[in-house]
Amino acid sequence: MVSRDDFSIAIRSAFLKKATKQKFSLLALIVASIVLLSLESINSKSLNFVRSTIKDVIYRASFIVSIPMNTIRPIFTDIQNYFEIYKRYEIAIIELQQLNNQQNQIDYLKIENDKLKKIIGDTDIYNYESITTKVLVDKASPFLKSVILNKGFNLGLKKGMAVLKGPYLIGRITEVNYLSSRALLISDLNSRIPVFIEPMGYQAIMSGIGDDLAILDFLPKDHQLEIGNLVYTSGTDGIFFPGIPIGRIELIKEKFHVKFFSDLSQLYFTNVITSEPREKNNK
Amino acid sequence: MILFFFVISDIDIDLEKLNFLSFNLIYIFIFYWVLKNPNILGYGFIFLAGIINDVVVGLPIGVSSFTYLILSGFAAYIRYLTVQPSLIYDWIVFIPSVAVTNSAYYYILGIFFDINVDYIPLSLNTGITILFYPIVGILFNFFSKIIIVEKNV
Repeated sequence: MVSRDDFSIAIRSAFLKKATKQKFSLLALIVASIVLLSLESINSKSLNFVRSTIKDVIYRASFIVSIPMNTIRPIFTDIQNYFEIYKRYEIAIIELQQLNNQQNQIDYLKIENDKLKKIIGDTDIYNYESITTKVLVDKASPFLKSVILNKGFNLGLKKGMAVLKGPYLIGRITEVNYLSSRALLISDLNSRIPVFIEPMGYQAIMSGIGDDLAILDFLPKDHQLEIGNLVYTSGTDGIFFPGIPIGRIELIKEKFHVKFFSDLSQLYFTNVITSEPREKNNK
Repeated sequence: MILFFFVISDIDIDLEKLNFLSFNLIYIFIFYWVLKNPNILGYGFIFLAGIINDVVVGLPIGVSSFTYLILSGFAAYIRYLTVQPSLIYDWIVFIPSVAVTNSAYYYILGIFFDINVDYIPLSLNTGITILFYPIVGILFNFFSKIIIVEKNV
């Protein structure tokens, strides 16, 4: 039988005693980590500088350590692709036919769109300044969705800036160091973005659910969303400018979700928007 | 070295097509070695690995250190209490240890830092980490025998 004394001795030994090659006791280090955690809530210039330097060093080290694995990874993907080449070829032919049909429609819509833009004195949403960044580290955590980018405030990056892959929104900058920054992806559970849904013009808040989908909160009660409706940033938060495409509406398990245009698991290069779009006349 | 490699690299143990199948090798690593041979894996290294993991994952600095050390505390406590160690017994003890550790992780982030963590993947990750413990444990047993043989030679 193990007595109560044995339990207390075991607890004391586990937390206070140091093994022969241990330099610190467990309790001392637990206290140290609590101190570190409390320092996180203090926002002073010197502490931020130390944090930023540590992060820059670790991000670079992480990138270097991951190089061998990141070199091998595409080889596996290539092998997989070779096995699926015929299947992909057949799908490509069908898609090509569909694309040809769509191209005709697009040409027509472009002409119509240009006419309408002239009427409203438009702003070209694609006419903005951006910085191309490389994804240094993508930890691909199953419950936290963010990536580390290789540019920081040395090139003018600021918290809150929109991060795009091609023309599509994928996240926003949440942490900026001198040489690196962290982008919180729109799929993260902590991501909330005001959006509008076309063609209905509904306003809502898009919340990440940790998957390649997002849900819409604060939709009008009697909304009539349809599959395929397009979701853009609304710009009502004053952080993003309006009109950045995000995804389209899909019905999953009888609930409307936003399916992102970008594949967030395949991020290599991104663009961080550093300016507001300019009006076409100023071009 | 292996522990540092896993926390600093962006390698994650999850299969792309079976997204739910991800497990926390670092937890298994820490629990196993603190339980079996604490002289191989020092608490100072575990603390440092936690800090690096927090920076790489983007968590408040100290969260992972704290959770890793809590797990080490469980392992050390069991080590002092166990007379006849066995993999099955370690496995059974590993279940509440990981459950408590991950609960601490979830609540610290949620309550003190207002960071939401999706508890379904976290619970799945916990469950799969527990399931994988014996498999990884057998592998580590094999390595630990090699280390002992090399030391004796």
